[in-house]
Formats: sequence, structure tokens, C-alpha cells
Amino acid sequence: MTLNDVQNGLAAQGYVADDRLAMALHLAQQLGRPLLLEGPAGVGKTEVAKAMAAWRDTRLIRLQCYEGLDASHAIYEWNYQRQLLAIRASEAQGGIVEAQLFSDDYLLKRPLLEAISEEKPPVLLIDEIDRADEEFEAYLLEILSDFQITIPELGTVKAQVTPIVILTANGTRDLSDALRRRCLYSFLAYPSKETEMAILRSRLPHIEGILARQIIGVVQALRKEDFEKSPGIAEMLDWAAALSGLGVNDLAKSPDEVQATLVCLLKTAADYDAAPPEVMDRLIGKVA
Amino acid sequence: MQVTRFPSRANGLADRMSGFIGYLRMNGLRVGPSETGDALAALSNIDATNADQVRQAMCAVLTGDADDWRRFDELFDAYWFNLGKQRAGTVKNKHVRVQSAKPMIWQSKSEAEDETQSHSPQEATTPDHGDGEAEGMDGKLIATRTANMSRRDLRELVDEETLKQAEMAALALAHAIRDRRSRRRKRALRGSVLDMRRIQRASLARGGEPLDLYRRARPPRPMRIVALCDVSGSMTVYSRVFLAFLKGLIGGETEADAYLFHTRLMRVTDALRDHDTLRAAGRLSLMAEGFGGGTDISGSLERFLVGYGAQALNGRTVVLVLSDGYCSSDPRALGDVLARIKRKARRIVWLNPLKGWKDYQPIAAGMRAAEPYLDAHLPANTLDALAALEPQFRKL
Repeated sequence: MTLNDVQNGLAAQGYVADDRLAMALHLAQQLGRPLLLEGPAGVGKTEVAKAMAAWRDTRLIRLQCYEGLDASHAIYEWNYQRQLLAIRASEAQGGIVEAQLFSDDYLLKRPLLEAISEEKPPVLLIDEIDRADEEFEAYLLEILSDFQITIPELGTVKAQVTPIVILTANGTRDLSDALRRRCLYSFLAYPSKETEMAILRSRLPHIEGILARQIIGVVQALRKEDFEKSPGIAEMLDWAAALSGLGVNDLAKSPDEVQATLVCLLKTAADYDAAPPEVMDRLIGKVA
Repeated sequence: MQVTRFPSRANGLADRMSGFIGYLRMNGLRVGPSETGDALAALSNIDATNADQVRQAMCAVLTGDADDWRRFDELFDAYWFNLGKQRAGTVKNKHVRVQSAKPMIWQSKSEAEDETQSHSPQEATTPDHGDGEAEGMDGKLIATRTANMSRRDLRELVDEETLKQAEMAALALAHAIRDRRSRRRKRALRGSVLDMRRIQRASLARGGEPLDLYRRARPPRPMRIVALCDVSGSMTVYSRVFLAFLKGLIGGETEADAYLFHTRLMRVTDALRDHDTLRAAGRLSLMAEGFGGGTDISGSLERFLVGYGAQALNGRTVVLVLSDGYCSSDPRALGDVLARIKRKARRIVWLNPLKGWKDYQPIAAGMRAAEPYLDAHLPANTLDALAALEPQFRKL
């Protein structure tokens, strides 16, 4: 597999990866190392994992991190009810084989254990790792460096194949050096005009040339303004879909629709107030 | 692009690569021997004769955070394409002393050693000598970069004792706003109170027996401090004390972030936290190139807001600006950018060394434009003034 394969493979899934990201993904697969992606919200960090899974035709296992996430939700848990039932049932028949109680049958696999017991290398997406607590990061270290999980009752489970691991973060909290050192790193910024145009074209091919150019121009200009939440790529695509759904062909001629569909781009009340019709007119005028 | 000529004794790729890793480490990237191995392994998976591919691959393997990632291109060019030396020769800013990065670090080291040796001997036996040395070095850099200030003067002006006091004042200040706790209790691993509701819910899965004990605690909601310190010409006299002050803030247990600015802006949190005093001074010395030059307050604040604002500011942030407000840029721009910062941060406090002067009026146009957006405009001309900030901060 070469670098071009990665780029073409992702492009076939409708994901436009720039050179750096493609290189990072290529190396992550070749070296069998996890890849840490950082960047502002809505630049396609999560999307890249989905595209990878679709391209490699393999399972996407997703672990959404949150404050208070613990091992029993992320790695494994014993199925206690089933164990109790088994004990009751075997009591009725007299005699019980204790060793069976801690076997695979009673093990509930959570995303991380699932990922390393797959036979075909899956894509493991650990989303928003910076939302999880620091203790949880420490759990991850063993998994990410050796791809193995230690279950006290069963022993160590080693991965049969190395999964493709993608971690995403957007700076809620500083990640530990130990975690960063185990990962390859890439930073995703907002795309350039050309890249964003390519993304729009591959996702919504039916949008006409002039409208597409206006959409990209306005979104790029909005990112330069001072908003609490700058519109990301996902927002841009939503907006484009909304506009084309309303039958808009030229932004300059349909200010009402523009104002009505702004909800797709600007997600807080303050931002919405900061973009009155005059501002939008000015931005559209600049682009056209 | 000119390719670096390596000395003939550095033969082979592995040797040069380890040289590159060493170079990155000197520039503050956290890389070690295992990264050297990774980098070489990465090279075997790509077209190693294509410089762009190598650059991208090395960037993915060797960087660890966004700052490193942005800096990497320059470092790569400097090492492999000899740009470090060329760039030093074509500096536009006339305030900048022309020197390449590497010798400067060495120079600052040797000078710092001279200084510590010429200090009184008892100082060498104080337990906190390591910290003291770092400040001595910072101060040293300031002194050597400002031609109009004699070395002697600065040392008399600011002795080690004063720096210690400035640091203590900062620590006290950090303590004053540190201990904030939420009113509500949230789930926590080591909480003081049992979370009965959650225990009961979990007991369903255990056949009604409360086996898993969950706890709750009041999570800390610490205030963050973001300090922006002016190190331009008009502030030279105070720079050293303020640097010690920043170091105290960073060293405290609060979440704090420190930046220096004159016409450029630089994040110095990591440099101030660095226990390797030599490297810390090396990092600060990059900034010291422009010490004593003009000021562009609004431009620097703008760069802070755009570059770091989203990450550094939140509803629990106190922004500290240490500056005298003499600014070469448009004062209205300063008002605008402060208004924007104000929207994202909780409080803006301006510490002004001139404010302590008798009959001070904010005559500087910049200061007048800034005043409406400040929550507090406090004097910081003496150590007592710095120490007196603590009660002010309790109120914030």
C-alpha cells in the first residue's frame, strides 16, 4: 500500500484528505501506531475514521468519551446477572463448576476489548479523548502501546491483528505526554478554499458552480469573523444542502432564504445576532 | 533551496537522523531514542528521496501537539536545508540582534554562569538555587539585549530577593483565586459522599445487592489566569520582576498561561515551567531578540485572541495584562480587541506600573481606549503593590 492508495481510497468514500493527513494515516497503518487528531470542531476528525472503515471494508468500533467514563463501560464487564442465574440453576441440579463462571460466556465486551478481539483489523475510533478523565487515559496506555488488555480472572488478551486506532481531541483539556508519545499526530485545520470546494463537490455534486463558489466564499469569510463557534465543514455541507433544497441558485438574489438558513451555520444566539442581513449582504457581495 | 552540508564524520542516515532528533529536543520537542527508531521506520515506508513526503512523515511521527506541529516546518528546514543560518542574515526588524539560534543558547549559558559566579557566595548554598538561577538568566538576557541599560544598574535595581518576593506575590495571588468549588455534587471516584441513587440503580444488576459503591464530590471549578506581559522598551525596567511574577503564577497550582509580547507574541508557559534552566533560557531568548523594541499591544492581543483565544479563554478566566499602555498602534484597535476578549473571558485586569505614580492619569491614548473594558486597573510599580493585589483578586 502506498500513500496514493490512501488518498484515492478515502476520495472514493467522499473524504478529501490533504497530504499531511494522508501521510499520517498511511504511517499509522504501516507502523501500527495510533493516530491522534486534533483541530477545531467540525473539520472532519470523526469523519475520517468512518471513511477509513468504509474504504478498508471493515468494522468501525466507536468509543465516545465523556467525563466519568470508566473501565466497565470502555473495556469489559462481567455479566453478573447471568452468573447469578447460572449459579441458581446449577444449585438446583446440584454441584457447580466454578471455573465456568469466569469464562468468555459471561464476559460483556465493551468497545476496546471488542476491537482487539476482532479477526479482521477494525477501525477503532476513540472520540473526544480529552473529555474522559485522566485516570481513563492511563487505562488506554496499555491498549495503545501493546494492543493488549489484562483481565485479572482470565489473563491477558492480546490482539490478533492490530486495529487502526484513531483518537480525536479538541483541546478541552491538555492530554498527558505519555499518551501523546504513543501516538502519531496530525492537526486538522479548517480547509483551504480549494480543498473545501473539492469536499463540497464530492459530497453534493448537484450544486451548481456559482452557488458552490458563493457558499464556500461566505463560509470562509465567516470563519474570519469573530464568532463563538466558527462554522465547520459539516455546517457548510448542511447549509449547502438546505440552500439547494430551497431551490436557491444565487445567494445575492435570495437574502430571505440566506437569513432563514443561517441556523445551519451559526449555532449560538450571540453568533446569530452578530450576522444580521447587512453583514451577510456584505459578505455575499464580496464573494460575488 | 540549499541543502545542509553535514560534516564528513556524520555518516549515514541514522546518524543524521539522531542529530535531527537532538536538534528538535533542543528546541523543546519531547522526542527521544524511540522516536529516532520510529522516524527511521517511517522512512522505509515512504519515498525517502522525496523531501515533501519526508517532511510530512516526520511531522506526523515527531510532533506531539499543535504548537510543535505548526513549528515543525521551520525546524525541518533549518536542519535539513540550512535555513537557520540564512534567515539570521536577512532579519528585517532593526531591533533584532542578528544571531542564529544555537550560539545564542550557548552564549546565554556562559553569561549566566558568569553572573551566578559573580554573585555573593551564600546564594549558591540556598536550597532554591535552581529557580533563582533561571531568573538570573532571564534577567541576564534582558540586560544583554538592551544597550541603553547598564548591567550594573539593573542588578542593583532587581536583586534576587526582590525576584523571590515577586514570585511569592504571584503565588499568593494564585492561591487567592484557586480554591473554587462547584455548589453541586457530581460523581467522582474518590468522593466524600455516597451517591445513593446511582448505587441503587447499579444494585439492580447485582440482584439487588449494593455491591458497587459510587461516590459524589463537589468538583473543583478553578479560575484560570492568562497573563500577557509587555516586554517592550518602555517596560524594560519592570520586565525582570514581571517575569518572576509570571513564573510564580505558572508554578502555582492554578491553571495559568503566560505570554510575552512586544511587536510579536509568544507563549512562554512551557518555557517558564521548564526545569531545565538552560533550555528555558534558550526558549525565552528567542523572544528576547526583540526586548526593548516598540510595542504593538492591540496587534499582540489580536494574535493572542486568534491563535490561542479559543483554547485559553473560557467563562472562568481572568486575563491579566501587564503593560504601561504605551502603544505604537491605533488606540481604537486596542479597545476593539479588548471588547472581544471581554466577551470570552470572565474578567480583564490591567496591571500598570505607571498607575502607582502620584497624580497618574491615563493620558496614553491606548490606556484611555482600554479603560472602559477593564474590570480593574491596578498599580504594579512596587513589590508592595504586587502583594496588595491579593485581596483585589479575592473579590473577582
